[in-house]
Amino acid sequence: MRVWLSQHQDAAQLALRRLAAAPVNGLLSLLAIGIALALPAGGQMLLANASHLSGTTSAVPQISIFMAAKAERQAATEIGERLGRHAGVKQVLFVPREETLERMKSGPGLREVIEALPANPFPDAFVVSVADDSLAAMEQLAVEFRQWPKIEHVQLDSAWVRRLDALLKLGRTTVMLLAALLGTGLIAISFSIIRMQVLTHRAEIEVSRLLGATNSFIQRPFLYFGVLLGLGGGVLAWLLVAAATLWLRAPLAELARLYDLTLALQTLGARDSALLLGFAAGLGWLGAMISMRQHMQQY
Amino acid sequence: MIRFERVSKRYPPGLDALSDISCEVAEHDMALVCGHSGAGKSTLLKLIAGIEKPSGGALLIGGQNLAALPRSALPFLRRRIGMVFQDQKLLFDRTVFDNVMLPLSIVGFPRRDAAQRVRAALDKVGLASREKAMPVMLSGGEQQRLAIARAVVNRPSLLLADEPTAHLDAQTAADVARIFHEFHHVGVTVLIATYATELFPAARRLQLDHGRLLS
Repeated sequence: MRVWLSQHQDAAQLALRRLAAAPVNGLLSLLAIGIALALPAGGQMLLANASHLSGTTSAVPQISIFMAAKAERQAATEIGERLGRHAGVKQVLFVPREETLERMKSGPGLREVIEALPANPFPDAFVVSVADDSLAAMEQLAVEFRQWPKIEHVQLDSAWVRRLDALLKLGRTTVMLLAALLGTGLIAISFSIIRMQVLTHRAEIEVSRLLGATNSFIQRPFLYFGVLLGLGGGVLAWLLVAAATLWLRAPLAELARLYDLTLALQTLGARDSALLLGFAAGLGWLGAMISMRQHMQQY
Repeated sequence: MIRFERVSKRYPPGLDALSDISCEVAEHDMALVCGHSGAGKSTLLKLIAGIEKPSGGALLIGGQNLAALPRSALPFLRRRIGMVFQDQKLLFDRTVFDNVMLPLSIVGFPRRDAAQRVRAALDKVGLASREKAMPVMLSGGEQQRLAIARAVVNRPSLLLADEPTAHLDAQTAADVARIFHEFHHVGVTVLIATYATELFPAARRLQLDHGRLLS
């Protein structure tokens, strides 16, 4: 076991020395890999932030029911009881017109306008959480509620959250596709670089083989080289995404404020960062492995 | 130790490098493989080292038939054999010390003990003071001695050398021959392909001519 570990340590050190021996080539390779990985990683970062945004708003589908403006409190109470008994309703929240008025008054610039009104213009309202949140079931409920007496308007909430969710799904698929395409590119880059490495170290491979080296011994430094390429590219991609996050944070926060949202753009989380580095290192290794399998047959 | 039983080696498109070779080299023996250029000396050594495979017959090393040896077992056979190549096959991008260290790294020898072994091998061939030098800085004789140090650092029971004194002046060739004698005296089986038979007067001779064994 100790021998095995020691041989791995030697191979890793040798790979590192080889990478450092040609710093310009190494840096350019890492840059190519880093930029290729930064695209899906950046996409993932944006998706994570958008998911967080949709998560902080009510993603649970709800129906808002507005009573007629002239409906009396008694009518609202009856509707409330009826909603409470309805099998399709999970939870009912009554929002009295007074509460709405107070809330609107606290809004910027609205106090004077509302106080100028002769009477409270807002109706009593209900926010209903439903048992079945499928769009069809909710639309059916909305149609039913519209037919109840003294109900002026029924609105399906969370529609934009649903749209955002649909967009997020599309975004995730796009990021996956991008990751698959650019991951294949990373394998190709690693394959080519390892091929060049094999040609450069041809004499060493031949001599090692003549001295009794196994395939594993010969391949090991090249595989570590592939892993280092991938890992280095992954770190570079992470740094690019972090830099882009810092750069975009202020303008995006400003944009979010205009929509009454709070958004502090976060860089990749621990899980996504680990995934990025693992993915990059794994693909670097895979490219190196395919390259070694193909080129070792010549020696 | 080594037994050839009607061994032949044919290269495409039908060139017979060795034909019907039958002989034996006993353990602790010292033998010279002699013959003109193209007689098959190098091919014979390559067969023993498992670098080439016989086209016919049986070649046994330590009772093990090389023809039946799976490809995956070859590295382990080569580790038991020290080989000095005709073109030395030194690695010019690493130091003298690292060249000699390579066979020990391959077998996974513990690092601290390996350094001692490398220094002992370099001392044995008179290169102790040159361990940090690059091979390109060494003379032809020193490069040959470096190749010998690398071949013996694993303390093999069998040492093969292909023209180890070629291109060396008389004094350097004698020094190199002395090193082989010393290894033979400590019990290593030595097989040398050479023209310079006068450097090894006591050694047994295997005379090859056009791929056939004469004696």
